[in-house]
Amino acid sequence: MAIVSPGFTRRRQSPDVQLPPGQYLTEDFPVLTAGPTPRVPTDRWEFTVGTEAGQKHTWSWQQLIELPAEKITTDIHCVTKWSKLRTRWKGVSLDVLLEDVETAADFALIHSYGGYTTNLPLEDLLDGQAWIAYRYDDDDLTPEHGGPARLLVPHLYFWKSAKWVRGIQLLLEDEPGFWETAGYHDYGDPWREQRYQGD
Amino acid sequence: MSHVDGNSLAGDLREIFAVDLTVATGQCAGCGYKGSVATLRVYQNAPGIVARCPHCEEVVLRLVRGRDRAWLDLRGTVSLEIPLES
Ligand SMILES: [Zn+2]
Repeated sequence: MAIVSPGFTRRRQSPDVQLPPGQYLTEDFPVLTAGPTPRVPTDRWEFTVGTEAGQKHTWSWQQLIELPAEKITTDIHCVTKWSKLRTRWKGVSLDVLLEDVETAADFALIHSYGGYTTNLPLEDLLDGQAWIAYRYDDDDLTPEHGGPARLLVPHLYFWKSAKWVRGIQLLLEDEPGFWETAGYHDYGDPWREQRYQGD
Repeated sequence: MSHVDGNSLAGDLREIFAVDLTVATGQCAGCGYKGSVATLRVYQNAPGIVARCPHCEEVVLRLVRGRDRAWLDLRGTVSLEIPLES
């Protein structure tokens, strides 16, 4: 059944991998921020999922790190055009966090400490596509990169991977977030180069 | 006839946006602070330009540049007072 294409396999393993259109490769990890960097001590950190029916599910830091975690190695693509390959993270899958959440929602609005928001369809948070990440490259995630914990949803442009994540509001209607209300694309698929509204 | 279409703004807006807006006085929608645009805290290492109130740190202005257009979002600003030549 499986048709193996040697050309495809070689390309995947070669160092000059294919990047999404318009992207260039970077080795460092640029820090982008739309405001002052929040410093949230883990003993005061919490993560809340709110449903469209008004129910709340909250995890403390201790509860989060006791959940089964995964190691993720993934490419990331920033809308400012840099891509970074094979970044290494550790975090809890949203499949785990949303397992016992009853909802009919189709959309999610991510909230961060510091006030940042970003929106995406709920289905993009499920099926092994998104994590609450708290380790990067075998170290605790630094505040500059969104620590103590950030959303990691690497199949979309990286502005969707909200730093300093504090919760998810589940919604029946789409509600655009911080950049999505200021000209950026509502969905942000790097492979379809959905940078701006209308792309 | 109660209103006319936006084309009638052309002359007025050209005058407004041709001036140096950094000397304008803006009022923050978050806390009411009034100060010149030049005193805002501007974050540029981001997908767009984000200007925050120096008093409450709320976002007062966002400017995103696309390939062939720009988006200016002023929902955090109550008003801009712009000095003009008399
Ligand atoms: Zn203010």
